[in-house]
Amino acid sequence: MTDAAIPASWKLGAREGVAVPILTVLAVVVVIWYAAAVWLNAPQVAERLDRAGPDWTAGDLVSGAWAMERPVLPAPHQIAVELYDSVIGRPVSSKRSLVYHAGVTLSATVAGFALGLAMGVALAIGIVHVRVLDRSLMPWIIASQTIPILAIAPMIVVVLGNLGFTGLLPKAIISGYLSFFPIAIGMVKGLRSPDPLQLDLMRTYSATKAQTFAKLRWPSSVTFLFPSLKIAIALALVGAIVAELPTGAQAGLGARLLAGSYYGQTIQIWAALFMSAFLAMLAVGAVGLAERGLTRYRGGRL
Amino acid sequence: MVSARAAHAGDVAGDAVGDSVVAREVAAERAPVVEARDLSLVFQTPDAPVTALSGIDLTIRRGDFVSLIGPSGCGKTTLMRVVADLAKPTSGTLLVNGGTAEQARLDRSYGYVFQAPALYPWRSIERNIMLPLEIMGMPRAERKERAARYLDLVGLKGFERKFPWQLSGGMQQRVSIARAMGFEPALLLMDEPFGALDEITRDNLNVHLLRLWEKTGITVIFVTHSIPEAVFLSSRIVVMSPRPGRILEVIDSDLPRDRDLDSRETPEFLEIAHRVRVALRAGHSYD
Repeated sequence: MTDAAIPASWKLGAREGVAVPILTVLAVVVVIWYAAAVWLNAPQVAERLDRAGPDWTAGDLVSGAWAMERPVLPAPHQIAVELYDSVIGRPVSSKRSLVYHAGVTLSATVAGFALGLAMGVALAIGIVHVRVLDRSLMPWIIASQTIPILAIAPMIVVVLGNLGFTGLLPKAIISGYLSFFPIAIGMVKGLRSPDPLQLDLMRTYSATKAQTFAKLRWPSSVTFLFPSLKIAIALALVGAIVAELPTGAQAGLGARLLAGSYYGQTIQIWAALFMSAFLAMLAVGAVGLAERGLTRYRGGRL
Repeated sequence: MVSARAAHAGDVAGDAVGDSVVAREVAAERAPVVEARDLSLVFQTPDAPVTALSGIDLTIRRGDFVSLIGPSGCGKTTLMRVVADLAKPTSGTLLVNGGTAEQARLDRSYGYVFQAPALYPWRSIERNIMLPLEIMGMPRAERKERAARYLDLVGLKGFERKFPWQLSGGMQQRVSIARAMGFEPALLLMDEPFGALDEITRDNLNVHLLRLWEKTGITVIFVTHSIPEAVFLSSRIVVMSPRPGRILEVIDSDLPRDRDLDSRETPEFLEIAHRVRVALRAGHSYD
């Protein structure tokens, strides 16, 4: 394949048009954020300044609002400092290292995602090949997602705890519970995507069902699978964090969020939120990378 | 009137006529590949049953190049799908290679070329041609050798590693022909394979196909609605008419096998084309 055959926009690094808009949006968000921090924290700061004496300026108010220990809304640089301290400033093995907590959550996310992937794919294969399953399972699959995960997560934890399962497994199951859904839906659509002509072709070769699956249905489904996988892995992360809330877990981003809210450590909460956003980007990026690799293997088009 | 004509067409078809005694003897020597007797197919649709095929009598012998020609809706594609066991006839008998159509399909005794190339976009050109060979369990080395040979045959040597989207429509259709021929079936079913292509490409592929037929001695059933294409390619032309789909007439062509595009201006060619046109018009007068 010659380079000329590939549109410039596909190439890595041909992103010169992206940086400026992203930075512009970031700048706007930061400005609004600082303003909001002043607005939300001002009452408390003013109260404190009043106690010290009536002679304080607007400048005191602003600098005070951006430097509170337990602000209503921390300023961006406070979060950045907290992130720096808890990511770089502490050994990874420390219980106060955010990398350690992120690692705990990530392992539950990956396990849950694997579980969701296996379950979603298995369900989709069943639904596509067995008519009874198509009719009987689909309503349940959809119903399963109408139950708030926050409501069902504690039940799963309690039930599994009674059975002697604690730690990673309950978290992975809750995470998988959220992530199997988009995978199942995407796979059903994908496995049914071959057009009648492509299926007729298999028939003229008197291909077996297994051959039609392996050589036509499965490869056709990949196009639909990857967008589902990206949604699924983000949901798996949400599931893992939610699962850490009711388990009373000592570790993980969810535990960190919960601890932060117990002690009014808003800066810690925000740092954990940013860490989870970063993890989500990392996870979705990893799926994207896999997609890119497969696309290249399949000749530049998925 | 309808039935009388159909019956007449049946007689003609059944005899696999040549005008001369010699031609008839030659025809009789060759084994029948397809034998249809009073074949009918009725589709059940929600409002009313639709008769797609009615009283089809047709014999196709080994080495024939038979074109099915007629306006859209005349059942030519349906007839081919019935031969390929992609559709089931409602009544009548059909023998393919002396057995049932299903048996012929299970034996992989025909290659089917669809109107669209139907290449699998995630497979390279080479792997597309190897697809049926993989399904049939051919060893890898042999698959590669076959793919190379048939790519060469359709004039696409050097395109092994390309992907379908990198090829033009005409090239893609040639790949699909190579794919259908790659496992060397004795019967090639082609359903308007060049219908979506421009005339220049189409002429080019017609010549290609004719050379392949000459070279391999394969039996071809070819669906088209182009009179020049049918006359240019065929040894026999089956003229069909719609509502219900039936055979109006079977016209034998005695044009020499080594025809080229210029043959289309010879009086013999024009004479056969004229006969096809008259037969098609007769079909329309029923409406």
